[in-house]
Amino acid sequence: MRDALSLVIHYFGASIRSQMQYKASLLLLTLAHLAATGMDLLGLAVLFQHFGQLRGWSLAEVAIFYGLTNAAFSLADAVGTGFDRFGTLVKSGGFDRLLLRPRATALQLAAQELTLRRAGRLLQALLALVVASGWLGLRWTFPKLALGAAAVAGAACLFAGLLIIQATLAFWTTESLEVMNTMTYGGVQAFQYPVTIYDQWFRKVFTYMVPLALTCYYPVLAILERADPLGGPPWLGWLSPLVGPLFGGAALLLWRYGERHYCSTGS
Amino acid sequence: MIATAQAYAAAWGARFRASLQYRAAALAGMATQLFWGLMRIMVLAAFYRSTTAPQPMSVEQMVGYVWLGQALLMMQPWYIDREILEEVASGQVAYQLLRPLDLHAHWVCRDMANRASAVLLRAVPLCIVAGMFFGLEAPPSWGAAAAFAITTLLALAVASTLAAAVAVATMWTISSLGVRQIVGTVAMMLSGVVVPLAFFPPWSHPIVQNLPFALMMDVPGRFYTGALPISALPLELLRGLAWLAILTIGGRWLLARAKRRLVIQGG
Repeated sequence: MRDALSLVIHYFGASIRSQMQYKASLLLLTLAHLAATGMDLLGLAVLFQHFGQLRGWSLAEVAIFYGLTNAAFSLADAVGTGFDRFGTLVKSGGFDRLLLRPRATALQLAAQELTLRRAGRLLQALLALVVASGWLGLRWTFPKLALGAAAVAGAACLFAGLLIIQATLAFWTTESLEVMNTMTYGGVQAFQYPVTIYDQWFRKVFTYMVPLALTCYYPVLAILERADPLGGPPWLGWLSPLVGPLFGGAALLLWRYGERHYCSTGS
Repeated sequence: MIATAQAYAAAWGARFRASLQYRAAALAGMATQLFWGLMRIMVLAAFYRSTTAPQPMSVEQMVGYVWLGQALLMMQPWYIDREILEEVASGQVAYQLLRPLDLHAHWVCRDMANRASAVLLRAVPLCIVAGMFFGLEAPPSWGAAAAFAITTLLALAVASTLAAAVAVATMWTISSLGVRQIVGTVAMMLSGVVVPLAFFPPWSHPIVQNLPFALMMDVPGRFYTGALPISALPLELLRGLAWLAILTIGGRWLLARAKRRLVIQGG
């Protein structure tokens, strides 16, 4: 375990050093990333200035949803780059190299790159959380802070699980499936809003199939101390982030299963 | 004169046929866009249900507008012919300069071919599916359809001229990713893909409507749905042609300057 951790730190160090070689480029890319994700927030603000409120939710409340979901995704995304590009690794036969090394392949992929420019999204998510909290006069007591951190961690595990599943499918298809982006990037986009505004089929998909509602919606309700308009029990938000690690773990099991079915494309 | 025109037409045709080869990618892209479109419609519909104030477009018009935004997604200048950018980065552009063709016109032509095929590949199936199942209606009149077609063609030309100008700008920066991402992000926001321009605050309308980005989605979209009367066509054409002229002259001027200080990398 300690061995694995030091390996990850070693990999990340190499990745950061290599990105630091192009400082100006890194800065520009981070800024571009900040602008791109900032557009979502700007879009949110534009809609609220026109319509005033969204089914009883204010802009500040929605910004809490926005901040939490984006913080979680940026964390998953930073370590998920290896999985995101996995299709090309299978296609080129480069995955064989990973198999030869005496460490778990999932670990090697996760450690492959720590994408620094993703910090743009994280920064902006945290900023949204701070500003919205001030606006709402939200008091971050210790239990709430712990719940917020747990929700971010849980959702990050869930997003990482999605990236792993996306990569796992490449064992069979050799091609990275762009359709899976609807669950990852689509999920982030969808959960910038409270899930109650969506149609029932959509809510069901994101509660039972990809349980983002449990990590990104119910905990926020508990933090905002709002009753669930859909009639969920008030304690739900305090437990539901746990589903994130479960989902991530299941994705890892699936990964192991897929790995055994891997058939090299040759070098 | 005819020979030159034939050369451009050949470049156009070759590009168009090459892009049509990637049908599977187009299909996956379409599924993704259907998902995004549905999500956007659900969010906007929820906003519509949150207010009783009269809106600049009806719900049906909003649905059509969102689907057209998805259909015309590849029209946005965040998408630039990759080969052109690679030519600049790799120094291949030197060969292009040796050809007895005008480089700027050649680039615009190729980009237009690429853009047109990308838009058609996605727009036609998307509009059929959205029309059958997801509430996209036919234009209210033949006049509206014609205004839509004319402004879309003009938008294609303006987008490609803008893309060529961005490609020239990358001659200074070598890595174009940062510049492209920023231009793309701004374009997405100001073309109405993220939020319909009608919902922007009133003070911003004179600015936003006079920028070339509005033409790339908002104007054709509003003509199609009937939110913009056909009598507005001359003004929109005038604006579009003015931008076409400005961007052509600007792009050529930039290219002339770039050529004077061009350093080809590699041997």
